[in-house]
Amino acid sequence: MQPVNEMKLEFLSKSSNEAFARVVAAAFVSQLDPTIEELADVRTAVSEAVTNAIIHGYEDMIGTIRMVCRLYERSVEIEISDEGKGIEDIEQAMQPLYTSKPEMERSGMGFTVMESFMDMVRVRSEPGKGTTVTLYKTFSSERK
Amino acid sequence: MEIRFSKKGSTLIVAFSGELDHHFAEYARNRIESELLKATTRDVIFDLTGLSFMDSSGIGVLVGRYANIRRLGGKAAVICRNRRILKILEMSGVLKLMSVYDKPDDALRALPGA
Ligand SMILES: Nc1ncnc2c1ncn2[C@@H]1O[C@H](COP(=O)(O)OP(=O)(O)OP(=O)(O)O)[C@@H](O)[C@H]1O
Ligand SMILES: [Mg+2]
Repeated sequence: MQPVNEMKLEFLSKSSNEAFARVVAAAFVSQLDPTIEELADVRTAVSEAVTNAIIHGYEDMIGTIRMVCRLYERSVEIEISDEGKGIEDIEQAMQPLYTSKPEMERSGMGFTVMESFMDMVRVRSEPGKGTTVTLYKTFSSERK
Repeated sequence: MEIRFSKKGSTLIVAFSGELDHHFAEYARNRIESELLKATTRDVIFDLTGLSFMDSSGIGVLVGRYANIRRLGGKAAVICRNRRILKILEMSGVLKLMSVYDKPDDALRALPGA
């Protein structure tokens, strides 16, 4: 299926870009006239994925995070990728309450939040190479 | 993000406003920790009413402070009406640690030291 619109964005893995990324994603997705609730779901999920790239992907280093948003008639696909540490065991990482950084006051709920606010979350990762998280959501209301 | 403190008896009310994410989590942690050190606090009410956004980083802030509040023999409560934030609190088990109320006054009535 061909997207009706697409955007790509690259930014440094700085925590000040967490708000930036979720605002940009929400602004782009607004073109599909989602409800305020649906838009807030997207903002939260994007924030989780970008925060993970910063904290876990790049740890103390500064790297580049890439976000690609594709809009379809009534749905969106948002890809967030880093070229950081990667994930050894994706199944374990996605378990509720699993965190590799409990000492940093992480709760291990990021993936669970993404999954509950989006329709589907796909994770591809290779240790030492990086991680790509893709978030999918279909919007309920009819386009105005 | 902004944090305001107020006190009712031995109960500290921590009122958050704005967006609580990873970027502001450390600031929030430091502010609350130093306020807790000022002593005479037993119970804490986290008032999230003013938050327009919170993700899982907020969970870490609340749960991390909860450990210290318990150590000092206190209780914690949370004020929140935002459905999305409530869902995150619920999923992560925070609502098993602290009760949720609609208004600070409701929590104050329920906490013994206020
Ligand atoms: N981009 C990434 N690069 C490397 N590891 C990752 C990445 N994203 C997630 N992980 C791994 O998956 C685990 C679970 O992620 P999740 O977001 O669910 O929890 P968390 O980030 O540890 O805690 P929280 O999101 O609740 O603050 C992380 O602890 C980390 O080990
Ligand atoms: Mg996370």
